[in-house]
Amino acid sequence: MGRIGERFKSLGAKNEKALVVYLTAGDPSLSITKALILELEKAGVDILEVGVPFSDPTADGPVIQAASQRALKTGTTLQGVLDLVADIRQSSQIPILLFGYFNPIFTYGVGKFAKAAQTAGVDGVLIVDLPQEEAQELRIHTDAVGLDFISLVAPTTGKDRLKNIVRNATGFLYYISITGVTGTIAPKIDDIARDVSKISKLTKMPIVVGFGISNAAQAKEIGAVADGVVIGSAIVKLIDENRNNRELVKIVTDYTREIKEVLR
Amino acid sequence: MKTLPDKNGHFDIFGGRYASETLMTALLELEEAYGKAQKDKSFAREFDWYRREYAGRPTPLYFAARMTKALAGAKIYLKREDLNHTGSHKINNTLGQALLARRMGKKKVIAETGAGQHGVATATVAALFGMECKIFMGEEDIRRQAPNVFRMKILGAEVVPVKSGTATLKDAMNEAMRYWVGSVRDTFYIIGTTAGPHPYPMMVRNFQSVIGKEIKKQLNKMEGRNPDFLVACVGGGSNAMGTFYAFRNEKEVAMFGVEAAGRGLNTTEHSASINGGKVGVLHGNKTYLLQDEHGQVRDAYSIAAGLDYPGVGPEHAYFAATKRATYVTVTDTEAVEAFSFLSRREGIIPALESAHAIAYAMKIAPQIKKNKILVICLSGRGDKDAQTIIETM
Repeated sequence: MGRIGERFKSLGAKNEKALVVYLTAGDPSLSITKALILELEKAGVDILEVGVPFSDPTADGPVIQAASQRALKTGTTLQGVLDLVADIRQSSQIPILLFGYFNPIFTYGVGKFAKAAQTAGVDGVLIVDLPQEEAQELRIHTDAVGLDFISLVAPTTGKDRLKNIVRNATGFLYYISITGVTGTIAPKIDDIARDVSKISKLTKMPIVVGFGISNAAQAKEIGAVADGVVIGSAIVKLIDENRNNRELVKIVTDYTREIKEVLR
Repeated sequence: MKTLPDKNGHFDIFGGRYASETLMTALLELEEAYGKAQKDKSFAREFDWYRREYAGRPTPLYFAARMTKALAGAKIYLKREDLNHTGSHKINNTLGQALLARRMGKKKVIAETGAGQHGVATATVAALFGMECKIFMGEEDIRRQAPNVFRMKILGAEVVPVKSGTATLKDAMNEAMRYWVGSVRDTFYIIGTTAGPHPYPMMVRNFQSVIGKEIKKQLNKMEGRNPDFLVACVGGGSNAMGTFYAFRNEKEVAMFGVEAAGRGLNTTEHSASINGGKVGVLHGNKTYLLQDEHGQVRDAYSIAAGLDYPGVGPEHAYFAATKRATYVTVTDTEAVEAFSFLSRREGIIPALESAHAIAYAMKIAPQIKKNKILVICLSGRGDKDAQTIIETM
């Protein structure tokens, strides 16, 4: 079992829910991303989703689009993100996922990427534009080195399709809480509760809910029906608003701690 | 040649469905609905009726006598897609997709547009079928294609300005895809070119293939044979694929797709994805892309807004890789010269996009024997480009 599986196992034993935090690597800089990750771990974050910036993030709303643009302007590359993970692994065992789009990985080389990610200490990948129809191209390499391939389930995913996704999932299932791009509308708790219960009838795999969750109250409601929540755009926005604030790391970790509290 | 794409939308290594999970069900439903429509004779009848009675097909295959004489080489014919209703080939596709949307019970349509030709053609069919219509268009294109923006508004469409990136076609498509993710339950996305996730490249190709079928029939009547050369401009590639497709298995027909070299292939300011790009994944399909060594998509550039796109339809990528078609380039300057040449010689003002095809034909025609036939797809009319041309003077 990898770090992700271990984490869910220990959370389950404590009857806690997972807090997954998304950050765009390199926004505002890779060194600040590193500082944030190390402190976020201390603040109780269970899994980190490290966003690999892409020029055309078509599944993302304005907040993460802007963060990706800023990260690219500072010269962030996939190699830079892999080096960052290797660096973090010197002092931390927090589960880390790379979140992003396929083209930077395809260009890097799928086989080369899987090996480099595994060597760097990455635990899994979540590629938003790689549905099950196209996933094999990467999975033959990531499965071979034991990286989790996190699958997405959307509110629009039909029943038969869901069964297939569940059958091939590793790590955890990521349920997209809204019919929309990241960080744009607030999720509806009743719909999520219904869909998550439908998915959990098909699998014992942990189900994590993301896209559009921005505060502790929402996290608490969703934590009551799922195995974890993802906070993305809200954190990215906070980082951007405080980019020149010396208290940046403290502000972000305080915010995160507050959310983790309601998931315990 | 094999019949492509395969059942997952691949043209060998190109194409596919690199879309977010939220869109997958809609893409599968669309594929199924289109499959049913293809087998339904009433769909074909309906589509034919609108193409004939509403769009004005068949369009003429016009023998350009003065152009032929001036170039003193191949015999040149122009396939007059500019004479379609709305002024370009785009209506061939929007009629097909809107009829499909109507069958699927969708009352809202969205589209991306660069030059505004596809936006106008979409706004037109939305008005015709009583659908709500939103068009995503880059701010730079809104500026340089103002007449088409007015036309879309007159037709009752909402034009949504897109500010991201270089505020051109790629960014408009990004934004349309994001909007579709949020509205996919009741909205039909009318993609304007032979790109995007499967089934779009196949479906748009089929809707546009009427161009080549007509050329074949018309030329056979006039000359008793197939053309020797086909020339069409390639941005995403819908008019070119429409022109080529009927001839794909006829080896004697040489095909030339003309990409925009902008300020030169040796600069970063061009849109020549096949000649200057590498294989990658964008907007739901794998194809040739302008990108840096890290897989970040580069901004494209062309004086012709409709060619200003860093990718190309996956079937063109396949035709290029298998050498079934040859992809060449023409610069802004050459396109502007051709624009002027055709306007003065034939009294036909071509769209700047189509002027790229004219420019390439002007290069090769003088070297071709007089008994050879060269057909250019004149994909659209150039009224929309008056402002851009004035700025170059």
